[in-house]
Amino acid sequence: MSEAIQYDAAENRAGLTGVKAYLLTSLLVFALMMLAGVVLRAAQGAYINIPPEVFYQIMTLHGAGMVGIAGFAGAGVLWYFLRQYVRLNGKVLWLNYFIFLGGVVLILAAILIGGFAGAWTFLYPLPAQSMGLWSPTAATAYMLGLLVIGTGFLLLYLDIGIALIKRYGGLGRALGVPMMFGAKVDPSHPTTVVAGTMVLIVNFTGIAAGAVVLALCLFNLWQPEYKLDPLLIKNLIYFFGHVFINATIYSGVVAVYELLPKYTGRPWNVSRPFLYAWGAATLMVLAVYPHHLLMDFVMPPWMLVMGQVLSYLSGIPVLAITAYGALTIVYRSGIRWDAASACMLIAMFGWAGGVIPAVIDGTLMVNKVMHNTMWVPGHFHFYLLLGLLPMVIGVCYYLSNNRENGGKPLVDTAALAIYFFGAMGLILAFLAGGADSVPRRWAEHFESWRFLGQLSAVAGGLTLLGFLVITLRNLVKLPQAKIA
Amino acid sequence: MLAESVWILTLVSLVLLSAVFLFVIANSGDERDYSEVQKKWYAIRSKWLLFLFVVGVIVTWATLSPYPITDQHAAADADTTVVKVVGHQWYWEIDNTEYSAGDTVEFHVTSGDVNHGFAIYDEEDRLLTQTQAMPDYVNKVRHTFDRPGAYRVLCMEYCGLAHHAMLAELTVR
Repeated sequence: MSEAIQYDAAENRAGLTGVKAYLLTSLLVFALMMLAGVVLRAAQGAYINIPPEVFYQIMTLHGAGMVGIAGFAGAGVLWYFLRQYVRLNGKVLWLNYFIFLGGVVLILAAILIGGFAGAWTFLYPLPAQSMGLWSPTAATAYMLGLLVIGTGFLLLYLDIGIALIKRYGGLGRALGVPMMFGAKVDPSHPTTVVAGTMVLIVNFTGIAAGAVVLALCLFNLWQPEYKLDPLLIKNLIYFFGHVFINATIYSGVVAVYELLPKYTGRPWNVSRPFLYAWGAATLMVLAVYPHHLLMDFVMPPWMLVMGQVLSYLSGIPVLAITAYGALTIVYRSGIRWDAASACMLIAMFGWAGGVIPAVIDGTLMVNKVMHNTMWVPGHFHFYLLLGLLPMVIGVCYYLSNNRENGGKPLVDTAALAIYFFGAMGLILAFLAGGADSVPRRWAEHFESWRFLGQLSAVAGGLTLLGFLVITLRNLVKLPQAKIA
Repeated sequence: MLAESVWILTLVSLVLLSAVFLFVIANSGDERDYSEVQKKWYAIRSKWLLFLFVVGVIVTWATLSPYPITDQHAAADADTTVVKVVGHQWYWEIDNTEYSAGDTVEFHVTSGDVNHGFAIYDEEDRLLTQTQAMPDYVNKVRHTFDRPGAYRVLCMEYCGLAHHAMLAELTVR
């Protein structure tokens, strides 16, 4: 069942153009959102002075923008590699592209015109109770924007789901469930299909929950007498948010599965441990979200304990299967190093490294002194800046360089190094802030906390500088890429 | 302090992780037969998995026993001071803010409007404990004030324009 799908030349051209559009749009939006992030840290470090309402608007923009574009970029990477194994519809890829842009326009209008500053998590009932800072119309535009974006993703996943079922006879088979439970392991079953099926299952569920909670909150905005249960809504929002942001990196990792074998000449085959890891990850990504509610003591204790235990367990497939597998493939392989292959290893480091502070904060007793401190952005910037983004950047370089004229231009090596060390500095400053009890999402910091904000602003500036060079290089080269 | 220990543990783990990656990068040339590499590394992986599992069991037991969260259904002891806390945009309504050193105080925390985060900080701006302040629900968090001093209550859940200015003071004599 591993034969490649045959597309005609026009389909391949259209597919590649679509993926390029996803990647280039992602690079540009990531750069803009990074700039917003640097402004936030510079304000916290008192390098610049911006009014609190503007700070919280930029914070909302940065959060919504980064989460949205991370999902978008991850979808582009997954679609590019998955279409080799199942017949995907390029028109649906474009449909999601334009629906996404429509959602972005609504969100930008909500924030920049309507002054919406309810944070990307739109935690009920804050969007409806701004104390006059923004109107119900602005909150509506923001939540409709998210709903529109979610609809586009659901359509894309529907196409992926149909294609997987047509090819493999069911999502269970595509995920490799029969092979987990006794059937002979087929080493040619694509790792990308396993990962893509997991992403489809979890993210379809997560986005559907998001759509439900957004619809409820929108109804409440205009019919305030229709009250919602704040704890139930909080559960739904964190379920949706956790699954969606996790799915970005589980989408992007297919780049590692696909590219490292090409650079090392070693196959990355499915095995029982690999399938167990992805099967377990499917269940755990769906069930671990209560670790976001550890400080909601009215939650049933068994859910909080489950949140802690699954936080720990969900790190194991990353540390013991994917990152470990990547290291095994690279070790004494004679790998051909270039920007793309370097990005794949950085991505594994970033994912494995991000697991460490995440798992620690997922412990109830630690969470009491770390929840909603800078530790939290520390761990997710680790995942996103050094895990997901190198996956996306690596695919851009892979397509741009095209096997024939690949190489290691100094400018790419330097840009990646600046990006990596800038990001490490930013992450460590966040984590140090968490260890120093600095709260997250504060427009103004106490004087004793400002140094870390300043350090972050400088490190974030370096990260942005490296990323801008990477973006410019790919803006020039990627449109010319020919292979599909 | 727990936060410092966690910070050191994280840094040490990151150094070890970096060392493993650097080792592999340094040994990425010099091509060898993959089946030999797989045999050797997969044998180590089994031990690594076992190590992670054992550490997980020990850490889970050590951190959850006793359960680190105040019992939400039990009534406070006679010698525990019960204090009601209501978060509002953007101030704290606390019905008693003065205690004596050694007092155990059980805060019953809720919100009059949106979600807030009730966090107690000491004089060195160290976070001691926290819980969420949520409309329609009451979270109970118990804390024993060992030392006299001026403690601060900060908001840890984003709640709008003056979230960062939502402060209150607790005095322990």
